[in-house]
Amino acid sequence: MSPWRELWRQLREYPSAVAGLAIVVSLVGLSVYTVIAIPYAKAIDLWRGGERWQMYPVNASPAWVTWFGGPNLPRTIVVESRAAAAEEQPFEGGRQLSIPLAFDFDYDAFPSEINLFLRAQYQDRQPFVRLTWHAPDGRTVPLGAHRIAREQRISISQDLALERRLGMTPQVGLLAAPGGGERPQVQRGRHELRMEAIVFEPDARLDADLVLYGRVHGLAGTDHQRRDLLLALLWGTPVALAFGLIAAVGTTITTLIIAAVGVWFGGWIDAAIQRITEVNMILPMLPILVMVGTLYSTSIWLMLGVVVAFGIFSAGIKMYRAMLLPVRESAYIEAARAYGASHSRIILRYMIPRILPVLVPGFVTLIPGFVFLEASLAVLGLGDPVLPTWGKVLNDAQAQSALYNGHYYWVLEPAALLMLTGLGFAMLGFALDRIFNPRLRAI
Amino acid sequence: MSANATQRPAAGWLADVRRIAAFVALRLFALFVTVLIGVYLSILIANMGGKVDELRLVQIRLAAAEAVREDPTFRAMNDAERNRLIESRVQLEVERLRLDQPFIVRSFDYLYQAMRLDLGRAEHLHSDAGAREVYRIIAERLPATLLLFGTANLLVFFVSIFVALSLSRRYGSRLDRTVIALAPSSAAPGWFYGIFLILIFAFLVPLLPPGGMVRAPPPESRIEYALDVARHMILPLAAMFLSSIFISIYSWRTFFLIHSSEDYVEMARAKGLPSRLIERRYILRPTLSPIITSFALMLIGLWGGAIILEQVFNWPGLGTLLFRAIGLRDTPVIIATVVIFAYLLAFTVFLLDILYAILDPRVKLDGGAR
Repeated sequence: MSPWRELWRQLREYPSAVAGLAIVVSLVGLSVYTVIAIPYAKAIDLWRGGERWQMYPVNASPAWVTWFGGPNLPRTIVVESRAAAAEEQPFEGGRQLSIPLAFDFDYDAFPSEINLFLRAQYQDRQPFVRLTWHAPDGRTVPLGAHRIAREQRISISQDLALERRLGMTPQVGLLAAPGGGERPQVQRGRHELRMEAIVFEPDARLDADLVLYGRVHGLAGTDHQRRDLLLALLWGTPVALAFGLIAAVGTTITTLIIAAVGVWFGGWIDAAIQRITEVNMILPMLPILVMVGTLYSTSIWLMLGVVVAFGIFSAGIKMYRAMLLPVRESAYIEAARAYGASHSRIILRYMIPRILPVLVPGFVTLIPGFVFLEASLAVLGLGDPVLPTWGKVLNDAQAQSALYNGHYYWVLEPAALLMLTGLGFAMLGFALDRIFNPRLRAI
Repeated sequence: MSANATQRPAAGWLADVRRIAAFVALRLFALFVTVLIGVYLSILIANMGGKVDELRLVQIRLAAAEAVREDPTFRAMNDAERNRLIESRVQLEVERLRLDQPFIVRSFDYLYQAMRLDLGRAEHLHSDAGAREVYRIIAERLPATLLLFGTANLLVFFVSIFVALSLSRRYGSRLDRTVIALAPSSAAPGWFYGIFLILIFAFLVPLLPPGGMVRAPPPESRIEYALDVARHMILPLAAMFLSSIFISIYSWRTFFLIHSSEDYVEMARAKGLPSRLIERRYILRPTLSPIITSFALMLIGLWGGAIILEQVFNWPGLGTLLFRAIGLRDTPVIIATVVIFAYLLAFTVFLLDILYAILDPRVKLDGGAR
């Protein structure tokens, strides 16, 4: 354990290394938490979108934007009929229900949408509801009458007839104080949507959820498909770390072994390795990755495979070769040869471990490069088709012109996480570089 | 050494030229083979080992069927006749594109054409002037890429060398420590900073255009056109500059510091030579070849990064072209772009070899036989 303690003692001397290490450790912790809290299958299923997100607002900013002053933006309000005190009046052949869906509205801005979700249980005859909006000042607005199917959504904010009657969009008009003119103000207080329902069967039931979609949501906000961005930001962490780490390990180790094999055997093997490396250096890596992504599949694991495959014969071989050449001539290798050690033993046990410490810093600084590569591919639209990643969030944001529409959070959140990851590994790597390469330490 | 020097002038000069020529020829040949293999690999990947041809066959059949069905002159035909007509048209098209030959044969054909820069005709894309020749399309895009990336590279290179030299002169100063602390910021690529720059300078404070190369409609006069292009270049340039300047300064500074602790530099200092002279003659001159190497390596690295930065800034260069071509499955354009990239890289490597041989007398010209 003592070499580790020694390393830690040296690392402590560099504040940036401690900060970098702290970032890396917290990212790893976040990944572990994410993978346990939201299993892989569940994350993919959730990110597919659809019905389950219908109670979430579209393009809501994160809730913390209101902490920095500015108007108190509404959160999403859900009023459930189960919790409301319904009045029942039986009559011949049915019941009349009066359900008040009341809520206190105390925000500075109007909601982004209003929907009413209705679920009815009946045999043959559909229930019938009449909706009326009661504002705190006693004003009432009739919202029409509907026959209710088993599952029905009434989009109050998209009711064009209502919009014409109010002279403005319903989610503004219903909640506005009278006499606001061009710039309507919110009417604070207890609003109520009263449902007068008639059910025609004795065991028929009617449930309703009134949703006033907010303009802010949760820690991370939501995207254009109402999905909570927190899911993508959380799941992006393990994906980014896994991609970066596997790619860095995969390329470094294979490159190192190949360089060592070339140095040890020399001759035509070495020459062949050198020539392959030169061919590989001429192949434009990113265009080929883009090509593979468009023509074959954009699965993140395939991309990872291609990255590693192209990384095997990378320019690093030349560097490792230069480091390994003097090692080959050293006395302990000669000793190993003298007692009859096998080729693989000499390469794997004696040559590679000798230069491994020097490679650690470079290895750490490689990781953010691969993390950003994954994001780059996603930004080009070649992200994994099912997995939520930071790059895909950025890509969605770009495709929806998030900056143009003022949804800055959508770009800034994944960007901040990417930057944090990059900085964490880079700061750690730079400090390790000075510890492992004593020539730099004096400087 | 002195005996050698007296014999040298006449015969030695010729021998040198011969040796350099042999060296250049050898390197050119090696690079040619390298490019050959690289381009062939790209052709194999771009064609998905021949699968693209099957897709094309389906497309040809659809197009032929559509054309026959649309044409009123064939309306009177019965189904059998019409099918025969479609079949014969497909056959003609297949022969024209030589899809009937096995893929391996055609791949060598493609290779031969690609190496001669006979890049063929695009299937979907066309140049702004309307030409279908891949060569024209690329010729239209290449200057934009060269302009942007050439400027950025030169800027980063010279600024970082000069700043690094001045920092190495007084290392440990506050400025020096700031630059070291900022070096990890280069972990993020240029397009990443580009997004922030667009956010700040195109949307929050709308001073500069968010993308493109020139405003629409383009200005009439040449000077205005150039000024407008320069205005559009500021943000992408700044993005590339930001993402690579600190790491570049950092590594040069370290490099110069290591070199300025060499004995011969100490000796020059002890002699009391002016520091400018020491920098020029004792630090820059011996380190020139590594400097050139890293410049060339930076060029190689940046060719690849072009795609995304161009995409983010909507810059009409090779990267954007490649991306569109891939979206449209336009194989000739894809191969051509990869070929051009490969040639650019090979040319960079070749230049590097030659410069190395000229700058560093220790490099053995005749392939290590000495």
